Parts: sequence; C-alpha cells; structure tokens
Amino acid sequence: MRGFTNLTMASFKLYLREPIAAFFTMAFPALMLILFGSIYGNEPSPMFGGHGTMDVSMPNYTGLILGTVGLLSIPITTAGYRELGVLRRFRATPMRPLTYIAADVCTNLLMTIVGMLLLLAMGWALYRVQFEGRIVSYLAAVVLGCLAMFSLGYVIASLAPGARMAQVVGMVIFYPMLFLSGAGMPIEILPESVRKISAFLPLTYAVNLLRGMWFGEAWSAHLKDVAVLAVMIVVVGGVAARVFRWE
Amino acid sequence: MSIVVEVEGLHKAYGPVRAVDGVSFTVEQGEVFGMVGPNGAGKTTTIECVEGLRRADAGRVQVLGLDPRSDRQALAERIGIQLQQASLPARLRVGEALTLFGSLYQKTSSPRDLVERLGLSDKWSAPVAKLSGGQRQRLFIALALVNQPELVFLDELTTGLDPQARRSMWDLVREVRQQGRTVLLTTHFMEEAERLCDRVAILDHGKIVALDRPEALVRSLGVESRIVFTVAGDARDLPLASLAGVQRVEASGERVIVHGSGDQFVSRVVSALEANRIAFRDLRTEQPTLEDVFLSLTGREMRE
Repeated sequence: MRGFTNLTMASFKLYLREPIAAFFTMAFPALMLILFGSIYGNEPSPMFGGHGTMDVSMPNYTGLILGTVGLLSIPITTAGYRELGVLRRFRATPMRPLTYIAADVCTNLLMTIVGMLLLLAMGWALYRVQFEGRIVSYLAAVVLGCLAMFSLGYVIASLAPGARMAQVVGMVIFYPMLFLSGAGMPIEILPESVRKISAFLPLTYAVNLLRGMWFGEAWSAHLKDVAVLAVMIVVVGGVAARVFRWE
Repeated sequence: MSIVVEVEGLHKAYGPVRAVDGVSFTVEQGEVFGMVGPNGAGKTTTIECVEGLRRADAGRVQVLGLDPRSDRQALAERIGIQLQQASLPARLRVGEALTLFGSLYQKTSSPRDLVERLGLSDKWSAPVAKLSGGQRQRLFIALALVNQPELVFLDELTTGLDPQARRSMWDLVREVRQQGRTVLLTTHFMEEAERLCDRVAILDHGKIVALDRPEALVRSLGVESRIVFTVAGDARDLPLASLAGVQRVEASGERVIVHGSGDQFVSRVVSALEANRIAFRDLRTEQPTLEDVFLSLTGREMRE
C-alpha cells in the first residue's frame, strides 16, 4: 500500500513536470474553451435545448481530456517506459505488477480530474457555465469513461513496439474521436451522415454520458452508454491485462 | 560456508539460439562471484534466470533457499538487482528515486545515508537525466542496495564508463563485499573479473568453460609469463634457456624477453642473472591474465 501511494504521488509529480503531457491535459482544453467561447459565446441556444454552447462544451471537453490521457498519454508513457527499461527496473522489486498498474491508472485518473477542474474553473470564470447535475454522478461518469479509454490506451501501449509507434497509433485513433465523438465540438453541428460514424467511436458514449450527468439526466436514460463503457472496460481491460508487456 | 546460489543444468534458448546451454555453478555466502565472457556468451540470461526475471527452459535454480520464479516476491525482498539495461523516468530526482524504491521494500536503508555512501549527496535534487554515466550507475547501485540485500546482482556494472569511474565502481563493489553481502556479477572485462572476483566462471557460447579462483585459472592452464629486462652490452648468449621453467628467450640488442611458467620461474631467472654477474635493469614481469586464459581455452580473443 505504501508502494502504491508513493508510486502514485511520484508519477503525479512527474506528470506535472512533463510539459507536453501537462499541456495536452490542461492547456489544450482551456485553449479550445477560449477559442470556441470567443466564437459562440454562451448564449442559450435552441440547438442545445436552451443551454449555451459553453455549458455543453464543459462535459464535451472533459471527454476530450479523458480521450487525450487514455489514447495519447498512457500509450506514449507506458510504451516509452517499457522501451527505456523503466518497467524492467520496477519489475526487479517486490512490487506486484497489479500495484504498478493500479498506481498508473490512479495517477492518470488524478491528472484527468485536475485537468477537468481547471477547465471547469475557467468555464465558470469566463462564461459562468451552469452545472445542473449531481457531483457524485458526474464523477462516476468520469471514472467510468476513464477506465474505458485507459484500457484501450494500455492495449495500444502493449501492442506498439515502441513509444513512437504508440504515439502514431494513439493519434490515428484519437483524432477521429476528437472531431466525431462530440468531444472536440458538439455532435449537434455534425451532419447526420457523419454522426453514423460517431456510433462506432467509444469516446462518443463517454461524452454522451458525461453530458447527461452534467445536465442532471437520469442514469436510466443512459443505460446504453453505461453498457458500452462497461463492456469496454471488461473486454478491452481484459485484453490489456493479457497483452501487457514489461519488456 | 553456506551456499547462496545453486544453479544446476540451466538451459535457455531463444528460438534456435541456445543462449544458456547447461550451466551449473554455486555461489557461496560472502564471496564475489563473477561470470565473464564475450557479449552473447549467456551471462545476462543466466543472471536473469537466477534473479527470477526470466524463466529457464530447463534446470534447477535456488537462491537463498528459494525458487526465483515461484517465490519471486519473497526473494525480491532479500536481493538487490542492478540491471544491464534499465532506466528511470528522466525527470525523477535522485532523492525521489531512492525514497520511492525504498518504499517498495519492507526493510530499507536511509536514502540520505545511501547517497552519502555512494558519493551522490550533492545530486540529491538532480533529475536522473542530468547525471553523468558514472553517477547514473551509482544511483542504480544505490537502488540495488536500498533494501539491505543479502545478495547483490551486478550485470555489466562498468560497461560504458571511463577508466576512472570504473575504478571507483570497483571500490564500491569491494565495500559491498566487506559489508558481508554476497555479490554475483557479470562482466566482459577480464581485468575487472580478475580484480574483483573471488571466483570466476568463464562463459562461452552458453557454457561454462572454466570455473575457479582467477589466480588458479591462470596457473592451471600453464599459460606462460614473461620477464622483460635490459642488460648492458650484448644480450645474446645469456645462460637462461636451459633453466627449468624457461621456454624461450628472445633477445634483441640489449632487450631480453624470457618466456616461461611455473611458481619459481621469476626467481630462477633472477638468481641465474645474479650468479653470472650479469647486470640488468628495468626488469618487469608480465603475468598472464584471464584474457590469456580465455584465448587458450577458446582459441579466440575476447573482444570488447
């Protein structure tokens, strides 16, 4: 347990010292907020059922953060650590492999939440965004979405031969999701035909759930989202556990 | 003397390549045991099987009375490992690394004492990426010692270090031994093995071709030593060739090289010179090294 806590704390500190990782989790969503906020503002819009574009963007960009962490940060860092022999060094200690993974998941979850809090603080400061849901439900949606995206991240990390390849694969998967899942821009502005593709992207379900929980909708209205994410956690997480490589 | 490591009939193949092909040896408590041989001889594979990081295809390995695979956790608490290829996150600081790794063990040394002992005190807050090769290696030794291990593994400890850093690593190993810890190391520097190890196993193509104390290895093979000196005047016709133990005398001008072997080789030559009142100067002896042993065992030079 002491190992788990210390490893999580140390990894968290490292994350903050890594300028690129910190930029994508913290600065990038903030930049999106400022950019799209200056274009659309936060006036109530019939397209979003009377909510403003920035209100809707809060859960969307939260989805963006968890996509970035899961599909870029985790694969690049994990594959890099494997390539350099950092994982080997940890393996030479009595720490159980599961402890390492748990600490890594925890670190990334923490990072996602910190990024999200920063985003929400800016959204509130600049556009007085409204949160209409329950904090616990929203956090539960964040955790569920994270675990699903992170599983995919660990699979990419293990299948890619090195950090560079992990980055390429992560980006190839991430970019369509950025534009088509509703994370980067509201799904409502996409044409109907494009939205069909969205249905195949796992991040779409995470974003959809986050939006629901942001506006205080019932979990029962989002059973499909929860089911897709849960299946992903079990299946993709299972694959990740099978294919995980220390060296 | 109790036995700390016992390896019997170890085999490990990577595809068609037999990396380790029937290796057996034991390491006794408190000794520095070295595995030497060229790159690809099977040293690292062997040591990693003993550490429990690699699964052997066949053979029996026991370390501190434990099975390295099935008792990995328990064994990992009691051993220290310096890996040939390993690294730490670039932005992790020295002090943080030691504190973190210390927290993964039940028994630990104080990180401050460790950096002190390893001469890294002023690097406590330095990120790993900013360390020199020698400092990095010290840090990895510190990590290997953080749990006060009974047995320490050092895999290619000084590869890539400059001669000065290498010497200071040797001092460290001697210190570790003085603390009563057993050391199992691999190296492809014969000189390193000769200076550090109580016993040496020479590996080639996955097999142990010789195993003994370094001096004994050198002596047992009857590899010749050389005595080199200078005489005033003509060096030909010195009455040395007929001495017991002398194999060959080379003379060119004032310079003489006597080839021979045996315990009394040097003293015989020197007394013969004195008995014949031949003045000599700049005498030095060139002892055969493990390098010569390897050459005579395998017919090949050790290449670095």
